[in-house]
Amino acid sequence: MYGIGILKGLAVTLQHLADSYLDDLRWLGRRYYNPEALAARQGTEGRGVFTVQYPEEKLPVPEEFRFIPFLIYEEGENGKQLDRCTSCGICAKVCPPQCIWIVRTTDAETGRPRPEPAEFYIDIDICMNCGLCAEYCPFDAIKMDHDYELASYDRKTRHIHDKQRLSRPLSYYAAIRPANFAREEALRAEKESAKEAAKEARKN
Amino acid sequence: MTESPAPVLLESLEARFSPGARRDDRPGFEGYIVEAARLLDFARVLRDELGYDFLSSVTGVDYLPDGRMESVYHAYRTTGGPGLVFKVQVPRDNPVVPSLVGLYPGAELQERESWDLLGIRYEGHPDLRRILTWDGFYGHPLRKDWQEAYFEEEGKPLKNRWPEGRVYRIEDKVPFHHNVKYPAGWTPEGWVPEGDNALYAALGKISSTDQDAADSMDTDQIVVNLGPQHPSTHGVFRMVVRLDGETIRSLKPVMGYLHRNHEKIGERNTYLMNMPFTDRLDYFCSMSNNFGYALAVEKLMAIRPPERAEYIRVLMAELTRIVNHMSAIGFLLNDLGAFFTPVMYAFEERELILDLFEMTSGSRMMCNYFRFGGLARDLPAGAMERARELVFNRLPRKIDELDRFLTGSEIIRGRCVGVGVLPREKAIAYSQVGPVLRASGVSYDVRRADPYSIYDRLDFDVCVRQNGDVYDRFMIRFDEMRQSLRILEQVVRDMPGGEIQTGKPQYQVRVPAGESYGRVEGPKGELGFYLVSNGKPNPWRYHVRAPSFINLTALEEMCKGNKLADVVVTLGSIDIVLGEVDR
Repeated sequence: MYGIGILKGLAVTLQHLADSYLDDLRWLGRRYYNPEALAARQGTEGRGVFTVQYPEEKLPVPEEFRFIPFLIYEEGENGKQLDRCTSCGICAKVCPPQCIWIVRTTDAETGRPRPEPAEFYIDIDICMNCGLCAEYCPFDAIKMDHDYELASYDRKTRHIHDKQRLSRPLSYYAAIRPANFAREEALRAEKESAKEAAKEARKN
Repeated sequence: MTESPAPVLLESLEARFSPGARRDDRPGFEGYIVEAARLLDFARVLRDELGYDFLSSVTGVDYLPDGRMESVYHAYRTTGGPGLVFKVQVPRDNPVVPSLVGLYPGAELQERESWDLLGIRYEGHPDLRRILTWDGFYGHPLRKDWQEAYFEEEGKPLKNRWPEGRVYRIEDKVPFHHNVKYPAGWTPEGWVPEGDNALYAALGKISSTDQDAADSMDTDQIVVNLGPQHPSTHGVFRMVVRLDGETIRSLKPVMGYLHRNHEKIGERNTYLMNMPFTDRLDYFCSMSNNFGYALAVEKLMAIRPPERAEYIRVLMAELTRIVNHMSAIGFLLNDLGAFFTPVMYAFEERELILDLFEMTSGSRMMCNYFRFGGLARDLPAGAMERARELVFNRLPRKIDELDRFLTGSEIIRGRCVGVGVLPREKAIAYSQVGPVLRASGVSYDVRRADPYSIYDRLDFDVCVRQNGDVYDRFMIRFDEMRQSLRILEQVVRDMPGGEIQTGKPQYQVRVPAGESYGRVEGPKGELGFYLVSNGKPNPWRYHVRAPSFINLTALEEMCKGNKLADVVVTLGSIDIVLGEVDR
């Protein structure tokens, strides 16, 4: 009979409509602004309304999420910032849209380059968030951030990030990417000890 | 079904056309070099005697140092097997090549593109106008001596970024600097735009005697512009149709509104830098785009990824296919007037899959996940569980639900059955690929016809439907999603452990000189990447054979004789993404 197919289809939408109310009932008013409910709604068993009430609610970003690079510094004595960056320039060379500008430090006395950046700029209007700089940095000095709320009223003054704006402590990195951090630190420690061992071997 | 090309016939090909055709014996190159005068004979023999009935790709290369232009063709048999490459070399100052549109109508848009971007003139082409750049454009941008505004250097990395990086904003540079070239004697004040007269002329006026309707009513023909604002929800695209009453007599697609010369950017980039740019071609299926490009470069470098990487690649590519087909079905329903409910149902599943992409690659859509000889990183904890949950539980359920929701509907059947019909022979002649080709009864899938990665080991069927109308193109996407699920079940079950990268990850890969053509069965059809390397860090030529661009060649054929209201539905059934069409 003509119309059976339409009715069957409408049954599906009706089911969806009913589900959205049933799921509301199931959470008893705690369906929104509740991390537990958010995870269930967005999971593979989620039913009912799928959307998220941004900005009151935010989806948690996974660890690998990448948005605009930042530079890592280690905290030395008296709060001194020890940049991991050696201004080797690999990130600037590998960057597809070429949005990284680095000025190398030259030693005032000898005139030779020192392994630290004097200036470091990233034009975030051009950056395409590909993450290649973080992937190929041999010193784990540049990493991708999780902070995606960067909109501002004036791109002329706020969208070229300089070294100060880019720098973040190592602890920040450890907080946003714990698994990556643990893996990389283990590798660094391993390399360090291998270096020490080689030194010892040379001494003897 | 993969049969080897008859070697005897191919051997005799050279002798038969000597000296008109010879083997391309440059190191790293393959195929034949045909003289322009013999091209049509050569192509006719290929098509009619050797069975190469499918002209997949037409493009050009500018060999500036040699003073030559080359027009490059890739032909296949729809029965399967590897392809055949042939080229025509012409002098750079007068590049004229006979057009193959008469033999392979699928060359029409591609020859126009090659004319537009490289300035190779295809003699005998019925409508050789610019296609991607605008009609007042001066010069041919893919020529090696053409420089764009803001031109800095021939190749990246640019020298002023390090060690003395001087930061600047692009608009602080003079926009129309000496990089912009004008024709001699041209002044902006005296310029009168030509308008669309050439376009309207190309539509052709059908004389009243041609009309099949032999009624006595005197009707006039009118031209209607659909677009360029979203004629449906696919992006900025324009269709110009000539109507007789409500019936389509002829149609021309107009595109290029999203053109950014992806290929020129690609030739300035290093090989690795191109990977994130391929994401932006068909932004629904970035994993498939990565796949095709990685294959092309790996072919040149003669490396293969380790087993685990191959499995993860197929996992991602097939999930991408489900994402794409679900959205394609949803958007087709949009075009039919079922505004956004089906799309939103499809997008729910899409989000769940994109969550998996995000946790793996770091980005939902611009994945940038494949590397030459492997992958960017391994699957994180929890990714396999999510994949298993999706493949075995959620997606089968939801595909069935979408099926129940839509396919039986009498409205959909009424609007789709018998509309936009493309018969089998025409689908092949017009170089259609992917679901469009298979819905017309041609059992051709690159995964089977010329297997890459681990597809030769996987168990799945090539879906075929026979009618070639909108309804079959709609239904075949359901079939293909179910086959993708079959593949995914095997991949998730058999996922091996081990490395995900061959050799050390490198940011500067060494690519030996030569050419390669890597093709994958993307969700929209055969996605090919044609590369020419001269051993330098940047590719000499980087061409994308974009399936949705070439599928548009048959749009006119599908729409002719249908009503105006069916045009939008027919376009929706091809499933185009303008990021890929316009490049």
